[in-house]
Amino acid sequence: MKNLLMIGWKTLTKPSGYYSLGALVIGGFIAGIIFWGGFNTALEVTNTEKFCISCHEMENNVYEELKTTIHFSNRSGVRATCPDCHVPHNWTSKIARKMKASKEVWGAIFGTINTREKFLVHRKRLAQNEWERLKANDSLECRNCHNFDYMDFTEQSERASYQHSTALASGEKTCIDCHKGIAHQLPDMKGVEGW
Amino acid sequence: MKNLNLASIAGLMALVLAPVFISFTANSADKAEINTLATLRDHTEIDVQKEPNRIPKVVNKDIKQARNYPMQPPIIPHTIRSYEVNKNNNKCMSCHSRQRTEESQAPMVSVTHYMNRDGNFLAEISPRRYFCNQCHVTQLDAKPLVENTFVDMHSLMKQKTTSAKEH
Repeated sequence: MKNLLMIGWKTLTKPSGYYSLGALVIGGFIAGIIFWGGFNTALEVTNTEKFCISCHEMENNVYEELKTTIHFSNRSGVRATCPDCHVPHNWTSKIARKMKASKEVWGAIFGTINTREKFLVHRKRLAQNEWERLKANDSLECRNCHNFDYMDFTEQSERASYQHSTALASGEKTCIDCHKGIAHQLPDMKGVEGW
Repeated sequence: MKNLNLASIAGLMALVLAPVFISFTANSADKAEINTLATLRDHTEIDVQKEPNRIPKVVNKDIKQARNYPMQPPIIPHTIRSYEVNKNNNKCMSCHSRQRTEESQAPMVSVTHYMNRDGNFLAEISPRRYFCNQCHVTQLDAKPLVENTFVDMHSLMKQKTTSAKEH
């Protein structure tokens, strides 16, 4: 085993005696494109709703609940899919989230929430994870679509325009502070701030 | 004998046809009845599926409205789509409860809603008042099926005093 590793290391450190420098550089470049493209494509596949609801935990609980909300069905037909709200859009944060999500793969394999009952037991903890994430990044995933700068307060109801022009505008509150449970049902909210 | 036969046949005919005639007349009476009643089905035949009306919008103006009948619970002047009121939470109370009204500036739930049926005050909303939508409802922006003739007590008293003055 050790010898095998040494042979591998020596091959890597020695200059190439057979391939031309050009072939190595161009070959490496092309291989790089293919690997990087492949990686990104695979990453994007895991970033689709179809992938998310391929696990019945997602399909039978959260996806079913999403269906009744305005983020699924509404007058203009623009809808949010799972990754729109649950995966950051910029690359580094996305990779960080994807790495964290490996724990969810563990959960899927060992059936942490594979029944509705188990899901409901864990619901508060799971919801709190998401609230904390959105609170920490100033509801970035909401703001990917709902841009504060382009909000027309005159089009909003009186209550909404009041809250948005004061608490939200001053940065004292962020979207998730008031809009909890907007796309899924809520857990027991006892002890949650603002309830 | 032949005459008798004819007579009996006529009698039988009358017996058989009578219910049909009666049902005809009953039908027309029903129809007249239907025409005077305001229902969602309106004049639609019983065996026909009515083309549904457009679903009216929920009134979302945040303006308190006058009562439509005595003791009407105040109506909800905003949309309540996806508001959960269940074992886990009461979305209404996240604005309308006593602790929350300062921040939300929403009307406070009446103190009676914190009383149990023996008149004792509770720290939280009384379980018998928990389901807000049992009494408080939103209003739809729709033409009323029947006109409301409700007159408020104070208007009645005012009318009486003015008419008394005139006489």
